[in-house]
This record gives sequence, C-alpha cells and structure tokens, in this order.
Amino acid sequence: MASPDAPLRWKHLYKVLTKAGPFSDEDWVPGQETITSLESSKLLVIGAGGLGCEILKNLALSGFKDIHVIDMDTIDISNLNRQFLFRQADIGKPKAEVAAAFVERRVKGVKITPYVGKIQDKDEDYYMQFKIIVCGLDSIEARRWINSTLIGMVDFEDPESLKPLIDGGTEGFKGQARVILPTLSSCIECQLDMHAPRPAVPLCTIATIPRQPQHCIEWAHQIAWQEQRKDDTFDSDDMDHIGWIYSAALERAKQFNIPGITFQMTQGVVKNIIPAIASTNAVIAAATTSEALKIATSCNPYLENYMMYAGEEGVYTYTFEAEKKPDCPVCGNLARNLTVDSNMTLEAFIETLGERPEAQLKKPSMRTEEKTLYQRFPPQLEEQTRHNLKLKLKELIADGQEIAVSDPAYTIDFRFRLAFQ
Amino acid sequence: MTEAFPSALVGPSSKERKYDRQLRLWAASGQQSLEDSRVLLVNSDGPWSKQNTGVSGVVGVETLKNLVLPGIGGFTIVDPAVVTEPDLGVNFFLEEESLGKSRAEETCRLLRELNPDVEGSFQTKPITELLRDPEFLPQHKLVLISGPVKRSTLETLRKAAKSLGIPVLYTRSVGFYSIFSLQLAAVFPIVETHPDPESTQDLRLLNPWPELAAAGASISNLDSLDGHQHGHVPYILLLLHHLEQWKETHDGNVPSNYKEKTEFREMVRSSARTSNPEGGEENYDEAVAAVLKSLNPFSLRSSIREIFEMEECTRLTPDSPDFWVIAAAVREFYQRHNVLPLPGSLPDMKAQSADYVSLQNIYKSKARKDVEEVTELVRSIEAQLGSRVAQVSDKDVEIFCKNAAHIKVIHGRGIPQVNGDAHSLKALRNHLSNPESLIPIFLAFEILDDIVTDIQDGKRPEEVLDDEAVWEAGIDRIIGVLTSDEPSAVDEAARERIRKAARELRRTQGGELHNISALSGGLVAQEALKVITRQYGPLDNTCIFDGVRSGSEMYKL
Repeated sequence: MASPDAPLRWKHLYKVLTKAGPFSDEDWVPGQETITSLESSKLLVIGAGGLGCEILKNLALSGFKDIHVIDMDTIDISNLNRQFLFRQADIGKPKAEVAAAFVERRVKGVKITPYVGKIQDKDEDYYMQFKIIVCGLDSIEARRWINSTLIGMVDFEDPESLKPLIDGGTEGFKGQARVILPTLSSCIECQLDMHAPRPAVPLCTIATIPRQPQHCIEWAHQIAWQEQRKDDTFDSDDMDHIGWIYSAALERAKQFNIPGITFQMTQGVVKNIIPAIASTNAVIAAATTSEALKIATSCNPYLENYMMYAGEEGVYTYTFEAEKKPDCPVCGNLARNLTVDSNMTLEAFIETLGERPEAQLKKPSMRTEEKTLYQRFPPQLEEQTRHNLKLKLKELIADGQEIAVSDPAYTIDFRFRLAFQ
Repeated sequence: MTEAFPSALVGPSSKERKYDRQLRLWAASGQQSLEDSRVLLVNSDGPWSKQNTGVSGVVGVETLKNLVLPGIGGFTIVDPAVVTEPDLGVNFFLEEESLGKSRAEETCRLLRELNPDVEGSFQTKPITELLRDPEFLPQHKLVLISGPVKRSTLETLRKAAKSLGIPVLYTRSVGFYSIFSLQLAAVFPIVETHPDPESTQDLRLLNPWPELAAAGASISNLDSLDGHQHGHVPYILLLLHHLEQWKETHDGNVPSNYKEKTEFREMVRSSARTSNPEGGEENYDEAVAAVLKSLNPFSLRSSIREIFEMEECTRLTPDSPDFWVIAAAVREFYQRHNVLPLPGSLPDMKAQSADYVSLQNIYKSKARKDVEEVTELVRSIEAQLGSRVAQVSDKDVEIFCKNAAHIKVIHGRGIPQVNGDAHSLKALRNHLSNPESLIPIFLAFEILDDIVTDIQDGKRPEEVLDDEAVWEAGIDRIIGVLTSDEPSAVDEAARERIRKAARELRRTQGGELHNISALSGGLVAQEALKVITRQYGPLDNTCIFDGVRSGSEMYKL
C-alpha cells in the first residue's frame, strides 16, 4: 500500500508509530504492523464545515488513507472566513464534494469519498464499515441521532461492532472535544444537560410586551410573517426575506420605542447564528483527530473522555472524565427522573420538554405502559389523544409513573419517571 | 434618534457577509485593527545540518492560515528552507510541485489563495540578515517565531521587537507536545475585555441616583394596582420600593449582611400576590432571585485600584497614550463619586414595554451624563498636558466608561528561559514540585533549544537529537540551575518527570506531528487575534499543550 518514498515522506509520523514512548501502553508493539493498521483503517467524518474541513486535512496528514465524509449543505459566503477548503467560486456547491476533492488533490495517496445528504439516509450496514467516526457538527439533534445509532449497533459478541465516536463542537472562542466508546463510556445523551439550549422568549412577551430589539425580530419572524405572507415559505438564507423581517421588526420597535435593531442582529436571531472563527475550529478539530490517531494506532493513551476549551482569557482547557449515567435514555437501563408540577397540563408539559436540558425533545409523543397520552402521528391517533392535552398531569398519570417518549428526530424511545413536585 | 431607527434598508456588504461569524465576536473595530496589521512569521532559521532541514514550520503556517482567513492585513514569511519530502507529509500548504522550491515562497503562495483580501510576501534570507535593514521589522505589528531556534537568533529578534514595542509569540511544536510564550510590552492595556455579561451588571440599587430613586418612589401605590399591572412592575423598582420600606424599620440602613439580606428576601417574597391562577408573580420571582446578587455596595475591584495607582496613571506626560489619559480622568471621577461611571446596560426583565423602556432610559441617561463628566475631565487633563498629537476621541472615552470596571493591564514579560530572572526560577521550582504540572515539558523544550543551538553552531552532529547521554547531561545542567541556590528544590520524582517528558519529546527528533501543530496553530492564532484587536484577554505568558494527556496549562514564567 505504501509507496517507496513513504518512509521519507511520513518520517515524523512514522517515528511515533515505530518507537514506543514513556506513556504508550507497555503491551503495544510499534512498527510496520501499526503503520499498516493505520493505513487500512476506514474513517467516517460527519460534517464538512468549519470543523469538518480541518478534520479532513488533519486525518489525511495523520496517515489515514480511506476517509468518507457526509454533509448535506452547500457552500455559503459566510463559510469563507474559516472553511479554508472553499473559495468564492465554490459558493453554492456541496461542501462534502468540494472538501473531499481538495484534500485528495493536496495530499497524495489519500482517498476521500463524499456523500451529499443526511446521516439519517444511511443504515447500520453503512456505519458498520468504519473503524472510527469523527463528528464536526453544529446540530445537537444530529449528534444525538448518530450517538443512539452507534449505541444500538453494539453487539457484545463482536468487538468490531463498537465504533469509537469522537465529537467536536465550538461556539466563538469556546469548544469541546470528547471521546465516546458506545455502551462503555459516557455518551452524548448522558452529557445532554451540559449543553442546555438557550431559553426561548415567552410568546406573550413577543406578542404583546416586547422590551428588547430581539423581541421585535421574533415578532416579525414568528407572527408578522405568518399573518402577512403566509403563502411564501420563509427562507432564512434569502436576503429579501431577512430584509422584510428587518423592516417589520424596525416598524414594531419604533412603535414601542425600542432602539438597537440592526440587520446583523436580525439575521443572528432568525438563523440562530453562533459566532465561529478559524482558530477555535483549528483547536477543536485537531483535538479530535489527535485522538483518532491515538485510538487507531495506540501510540499514546487517548482522551478519557472530555476536554473543554475556552480561549477568551488566555488559554484554558479542562480535561475530565464525564460519567456514564445509569438513567441515560440511550445507554442506561433506568428511566430518567423528571420533577414536574402535577397541576401542569399535558400540553404545557410537552412544551417544557423542548427546553428542559435533560430532555430537549421538540415534537414528543408519549405513552404510559397502559395508555397513549398523546400521539402526533397518524392524524387519527392525534385526534383521539388531543383532548388529553388540556388535562392536568395528575389526571393522567400517578406520581412516580414511567412514560415512554418518542420524537420523530430519533429512532429510540426516551424513558422518564415523572415525580410530582 | 435617526441613528437608533435607520429608515432605509441597509443590507450587509459582501465583506460583512464573508466575515459575519467573526464580526459577532470582535465587531467592526476589531476587524479594522486586524486589517491594519501585518504579521511577520519567522518559520525557520535555516537547516540544522546537511541531512536535516530543521524546523518544519507547520505550526507557523497553520497559525498564519488562521489569521489569513479572518482577513489580517498582510503577512511576511521568512524561511530559508527548501521544500523536502518530509515537509509534504506534515504541511498542508505545500504540494507535490513544491518539492525543491523555496518553502517561504510556496507556503506564501498557497496561503494567499485562502483570502484575496490579504497581502502576502516572503523572504528566503535568514532573519538575522534581514534585521540589518532597519526598515524591515517596523512594518509588522506582531512577530511569530517557530522554534526551536538557535538562542542567539531568538535573542536578537526578541530584543529588536521589544525595542520597537512589537509583541512576539515564540512557539515550538514537537511530537505530542507544544509550548508558546507571548512577549508583550511592559505595560499592555486592554479596554474591551468582553467579560461575562452576568458579571458586569451594575444596578446601583443601594445608592440610586435621584432619577432612579424617584422611579422607585413612584410605585408606592402597589396595592392599588390590578393583577396585570402588579405582575408587571419591573423587579428593579420592586427592590427599590422594598428597600425604602426596610430602611424605615432599620434606622435608615440597607440590608448589609447575609442574614439581613435573607430577611429582606423573605419580605420581598411575601409581598407577591399568590391568589392568582399562576400562584405567584414572575417579577417577584426575579426580584427575589436578585437580592443576594445585586444588593451589594459598589466596591472598586483591586485590579482596577492597582491600575489607578500605576505611575502611568498618576504621572501623565504629554506623550502618555490615550488609555492613560482616560484612566486618569476616570480615576478622578472615582475620587469624586466613589463609584465608576455607570455602564448603563439593563438586563431584560418582566415588565410592560413602556415601563421597561423608561427605566432603561434612566440608566442610559445616567451613563451618558457620566461619560460627559469624564470627557470634561479628559479635556481638562489634555489642556494641562499641553501639546498632544491628537485629541482623545469621544468614542474612546465612551467605550472606556462602559468597560471601566473590567479594564485590564498586562505586565508583559520576556520569553521565559531557565537561565532567566529570579521570578522565572522560583515559578519553575514551585510548579515542578506538583506532579500534575506540565513544567517538565517546558524544561524538556529548553534542553532541546540548547541541543539545537549546538547543532546550528556546528558544535554537535544532528544525531544527538536522540542521544540518551546528551539529554541526560541536559537534564543535569537544568536541574543544576534550578537547584543552584536551593539544593533540595528538585527531588528524584521530579527528575523522573522531566526525564519522561524528555523521552516523549525525543521521539520525533525535533519533528512535528500535524495534529499537534494544527491545534497549537489555533491556540497561537487566538492569542495573536487578541493582541492585535486589543480585545479579550491575551495569554500571560506561557501555555503548554500536552497531546499525550490531551490538556493544557498556563504559566506565568
């Protein structure tokens, strides 16, 4: 597989693969076998954006030869400040294809296979072919999906079915890298409450008593558009649409004397934009790929299991072992406790599930062992269960009762035990 | 008003769209500083021997990549090396056709492709030669050096940059380890430190100015309000109202200790109406939650007091930078009022729109008044100082006042060395006694620098890069320095930790691993951005990354 000039070209890398260090495992046998195993490891990269571009480059220069990449997005002008494999002329093209072609061209001997589409398009057979999966995503939902899929694939009779998941994420100057060994170590779902969503502004504030410029923008986005342009599908990438929202928000802000709305802010609120820079992506992406190299070759111990990074004040990292939770709905076998107000209606409870850090389920359906509480699909079932929405929790379930919650975004059921306040 | 409510639809320019995700972090002012800056990358100091081209300079190129993408004004790469086969296995900004060509030229060409707005040039001469031209260094706002570099070269460059007040980042990335140090001017002030918004709240509830106190007094009719109105009184006013009540029964004093504050909190809590369908009121919940956090008398943070006491602040000269002129004015403001200028921001809270906006205006107009007073003080200081190049801008005074409680001055130090000053020596010894410390990695890099210096000076062959005896001698020498005036300072366990770090470092014989250099290039670029934009908090002064244990530490050495 290796070309004759490989030892010279990969001189530095081969040194750590052919020579043990003071911290490498005593049982590890460095040498050609390690090199061969590295070069024959097939890896999957999920995401070809800010992290993904860096991850692909780093893996190619870590000696991996067979890399696949999935991304459904196309290149936008706002990607160019960090997604360094893309140029002005690439705007509109699929990220996975452009990124794969670029790295293949630059690094001789690496094969990168792009797939333009969603991770949900692929089944277990597809994911089974990889040795390691490296994630550079901006969506919690996608992370949770791949996490539960990989955990579901584990067959204790077959060690090959356990696919290490290495996950990176960034926001502004901050980020984290984590290593997940499905079923063996703390998973994305165990750690869900460490990444709480931003609390949403109550609808009544938006509808009747705005105080902040953001409230006016939310009004234009959530209410005015529906009322005045309900025949047009809102597209947050359409500058004319954002422009309309901006004008409508300005108009409302004038009415209420609220200063401070800008076009940039409008875009930020409507698209839920997270600041992103090249340097943070470089740090986090390389943190994940360094672990991939260590896991694939055993040349040094890998991260167990979480490194958080903050760069606003100097350089701060904190490396620790996140705990596996026995009540994790995905990798544990106990139902997760949720404390609730028994006077709350089912409808209100369902709404809180979207925001509660330990649940974050946007379109839940739910049932107890005996009966269905609320079911969104199919429509007949929705109709049959709709009346429950207005009932109080105490009229539907007993204190301490377990419910199973499903959500169209995930393939598994989430088990919660509801304890009354 | 026209500024607050732009009437015409002004969409973002294509440049604003390209840089959108970063403008949200450092704004147009930070972007401007970036675009006005040119950085110098000294990516190698020539080959170590005939067989060894020396530093691959990946960490330097990766750092530059992270500065070119956000739109740095320009860069200069200094690198006498020629591209060799091993470069292609570790450096992404080289291609097959680059083999045998100038590495400076090739990396420069491929980095420029990343952003047409950025100007890039290269030099193939060694840096010591280039420094003979007095025009060369002053073009740059920041110097990046990729080591290990011969000590004499580092010294020459470091001193030249220091005399011009140009910050230096000295980085080494070898195998699984990397380390970098930031050399800043002896006094490096930052106004926009971007603290956590939670920590910047300054509501002045215990010492309200007359307009705020009047607003608090205006809700004395709380009992007569209907349910909706009562549930929408801003919590700030609720607290002011109840504080007045409290004072009536406490000899005019506000709740001052934990016990009194908890009592006061109960008093507020019990005033909420609970007979409504919700069984409580959100504005009261907010008031209750704010008691312990917000009812504190203003106190000047010690770091700000230290800045006020610095000679730069107390003894202005006509050449004093604007920062110190404003700082002196703010200091005078503080001496007059015992508080800093009000930042003027108000958190969101449950309230009717009009009530919130009018409360917000009370805070804003007080902040504006404070800015006006500080501006007057600045003008009178300027008049006393006499001839200054330019007047301090109103905008700068305003930004300073808004950030006054969180300004920062870093006391820059040189690039640390084992043979450095007493402070470094003491810090190294202290950290070395901690088994978790990454200082052994710093010491291993110091030994490597010595070895590379000897190789470059022709005193040793390159084979010594992995020679057990040479490294052991290096460890002995370093321990000798650390224990020179305190023989028991380094025990056997500490020595073993240094030895292990050295063995790990020796593994690649000075070679870089791409992942570690890419990661370190991210960290170094982050520091470069903070220094250039003068925002956030730059490193003070050394960071070590350990790719074996996947973590980093900061040290002031």
